[in-house]
Amino acid sequence: MAGNLFQEIVFWLLAATTVGAALLVVHVQSLFRAALLLIVSFLGVAGIFAMVNAEFLAVAQVLIYVGGIAVLVIFAVMLTRDVDRGNLGTPVQPVALLLAVVLLGTLTYAVVQAEWRLLPDDLPGPLAAVFVDTPAQLGRLLVRDFVLAFEVAGALLFAAVIGALALVRER
Amino acid sequence: MGGGLEGNAIYRAVYGLVVDTLGWASWLAYFIAAMVIILIVVNGVLVLGTLYTWFERRVLGRFQGRLGPNRTGPFGLLQPIADALKLMFKEDIVPRGADRLVFSLAPIVMLVPTLLVLAIIPFGRGSFLADLNIGVLYIAAVGGITTVAVLMAGYASANKFATFGSMRAVAMVVSYEIPLVMALLGVTVLAASMSMVAVVEAQHLPYLLVAPLGAGVFLVAISAELNRNPFDVLEAESELVAGYLTEYSGMKYGVFMLAEFTNTIVAGAIFAVLFLQGWQWTVLSPLGSQVGFLGFLDTGVVRQIESHFWFLFKVGLFAFAATWVRATLPRLRIDQILSLAWKVLFPLSLLNVLVLAVEVIVWPEPSVGDLAIMAAINWPVAGAAFFVAARLVSLGTRAPGLGVGAAVGVR
Repeated sequence: MAGNLFQEIVFWLLAATTVGAALLVVHVQSLFRAALLLIVSFLGVAGIFAMVNAEFLAVAQVLIYVGGIAVLVIFAVMLTRDVDRGNLGTPVQPVALLLAVVLLGTLTYAVVQAEWRLLPDDLPGPLAAVFVDTPAQLGRLLVRDFVLAFEVAGALLFAAVIGALALVRER
Repeated sequence: MGGGLEGNAIYRAVYGLVVDTLGWASWLAYFIAAMVIILIVVNGVLVLGTLYTWFERRVLGRFQGRLGPNRTGPFGLLQPIADALKLMFKEDIVPRGADRLVFSLAPIVMLVPTLLVLAIIPFGRGSFLADLNIGVLYIAAVGGITTVAVLMAGYASANKFATFGSMRAVAMVVSYEIPLVMALLGVTVLAASMSMVAVVEAQHLPYLLVAPLGAGVFLVAISAELNRNPFDVLEAESELVAGYLTEYSGMKYGVFMLAEFTNTIVAGAIFAVLFLQGWQWTVLSPLGSQVGFLGFLDTGVVRQIESHFWFLFKVGLFAFAATWVRATLPRLRIDQILSLAWKVLFPLSLLNVLVLAVEVIVWPEPSVGDLAIMAAINWPVAGAAFFVAARLVSLGTRAPGLGVGAAVGVR
C-alpha cells in the first residue's frame, strides 16, 4: 500500500506542477518567463509519462519539447519587441476564451465518460514484452511493419527542409 | 522501481543495516540506501570536477612551459578550495534591469543536466543507479536542458554581450546536437540496445576501434556541447567579453564554472561507456574482459574494484585529451563552427550509421572476430571519408556572408 500512496503523492505533485505552470504561462507578464514556465509544464508532462512506465515517451518529450520547441519559442520571444509588457488585448480574446472553454469541456467529458479498460496484472507473454522493452517494440513497428508510412513521413520532412532552405536562400 | 540497485554492494549494506538492525520499513530502507548512493555519486563527481580545474591548469601550464598553480597545498592541490572560498566571499552582483529570479536560477539549471546524467552511468561492474532501456537517448534529452540554462543566463542579464553570447551558444549547441545524436545512434545500432549497461557488455572490442568515424564525430560534437576549445565561443574572453557569463560574479559564476568542468568529467564517463568498454578492458587484458589484469585474485571484491579503476582511468584519459586539445587548437569562428557541424560532421555521422547498419545486418550480434572484421572495414572507410570531407568542404576562410552567422551576430 505504501507504494500506491507514494505514487499518488508523486502524481498529484506532477499534475499540480504541470497545470500550475501552464496557468502561469498565460498569466505572467513577461513573455520570456512565460516561455520558461512552458518548459516547466513540459517537464511535468514528461514526469507523468515516466511515472506510468512510458520512459521512451518521457525522454522524447524532453528531447523534442524542451530541447527543441521551447528553445525555438525562446528565440521567437527574443525577436519580439516589448517582451516585458506582455500581450495587448485583442478583439479575438472573447472568442478564444469561448473556444478554450468548449475544448476543455469536451476533453473533460471525454475523459470522464470513456470506459477505461485496465489491463490484467498477468499479461500474456508478447503483450508483457511491450512494457519491458518499449524502444525495441517501437523500432520493430516503425521500420518493419509500418515502414512505408515511416518513409513517407521522412520524405515529407525532407521536402519541408528543402522548402525552408529555398525560402531563405540568398538571391 | 529501482531496477538495478539490488546488485549494488553499498545498497545491500545500507538496506541490510536499516531493515535488520534498526527494524524499519523496507520502503524507508530503500529510500535511505538510494539517498546514500546518490550522495556518494553526486559528491564524488562534483569533487572530481573541482579537482579537474586544478588538473587542467597544471597540465596547461606544462604545455605552455610554465608551472601552473603550485603554491596552495602539496602540488597546489588545495587551489580549487581556495578558488571556491574566494568566489563565496565575493559580492553577489545582480545588474539593474536584470530579471532577478531567472538570473539566479540559471546557474542551478545549468548544473541539473550534469547531475541527471549520472543516474544512468555504470561506474563499475553492476554499479549504477538505474539501467534505463532508453539510456543513450536519455543523455541526448537531458543534455538539451543546458541550452535552456544558457538562454536564461544570457537573456536575464539584460546585457547585449550576454544575449549575443547566449544566442551564438544556442546556435552552436543545437547544430552539434544532431551529429552527436547520430553518433549515439551508431553505438545503439552496434549494441542493439540503448541501455548503457548493455552497451558496455556488447563491447567485446572498444567501439572506438570498431567505429572510428562515430567516435571521432562524437568527440568533436561533445567538445562543442561542452563549450570547450576549439568551440568555446560562449565565453570567448577576447571577443564577447565573457559571453553569457558577462554579468555573473561570485558563487553564481562559480556554479557555472563547476558545471562546466564537471560536465567534462561526465562527458568522459559517457565516452568511456559508449566507446571505451566502460568498466571492461579487453584490449590490454590477455585473459579477456571477464577476468582482467588481476585475474589471479579473481574474487568478487577485487573484480569490482578493478572495474571501477578501469572506468576512472578512462575518464582520466578523456580529461587529459580534452586539456591537450585545449592547449593545442585555436578558437574557430562561429560561422566556421556551424559549417563544420552541418557540412562535415552531419554527413560523416550519417555515413557512420549507414555503414554500421549494413554491417550489423551481415553480422547480427557480433562476436570479437566479427567486430575485428568490422574495424578492418571501418578504418579505411573513416580515413577515406575524412579525406573526401577535407577536400570538398571549405570552412570559409573568406569573410562570412549573410546567413546563420549573421543571425547570431557575426559579420
